[in-house]
Amino acid sequence: MTGLSIETIVFLMLTGAMTLAFVRVVRGPTLPDRVVALDLFAVLSTAFLTVYAIDTDQQVFLDVAIVLALIAFLSTVAFALYIGRRARDE
Amino acid sequence: MSDIVSDVLMLIGAIFLLLAAVGMVRMPDLFTRMQAASKASTLGIACVLLALAFHFPGISVNIRVIGTITFFYLTAPITAHLIGRAAYFVGVPVWKGTVIDELRGRYNPLTHHLGSDDGAADGAWEERPDQREA
Repeated sequence: MTGLSIETIVFLMLTGAMTLAFVRVVRGPTLPDRVVALDLFAVLSTAFLTVYAIDTDQQVFLDVAIVLALIAFLSTVAFALYIGRRARDE
Repeated sequence: MSDIVSDVLMLIGAIFLLLAAVGMVRMPDLFTRMQAASKASTLGIACVLLALAFHFPGISVNIRVIGTITFFYLTAPITAHLIGRAAYFVGVPVWKGTVIDELRGRYNPLTHHLGSDDGAADGAWEERPDQREA
């Protein structure tokens, strides 16, 4: 295997997945579609950080990935509560 | 040996994550999209994190990886449930090929009452006016 290491292939696949998730963020007809796509985007970012930790032999990026996962969960829950409350107020 | 296991797990995880993103674009409505996003992405991120655990020897990384995987497995259904519930209340359209909608007739958008029996909407219910098939 010359040139393309397996980390590079995984990076390319994750970049493609991020592009597809972003397509849904742009196109998504309703707000919940966009929220789901952003949630997937956060999971993909976490995976990207994890693979980056493997690629650079730096364990620190795992902590960054954990923090990102926590923030993604909280933001998605906040978005869901916001959507539900907006439906109630209408 | 552990490098090979790490590479294979990383590749499997990336494939699952890519499939989740493809399902995100290809699926016809929000609820099927959520199905693709939450299940496939949970398995994918678990595989990628396990690859990290195989790459770094030592207990500290392994503990953190196990904790993160547990966190993802616990939170992915919660977020999917919350968004699906909120989206159903908002009136996100359902795919035209949907076979069953068990909440139909059980949610009253005026009083925001969700009951478990068919009379939950107090007879004033017919069909959600804002819920059209996509």
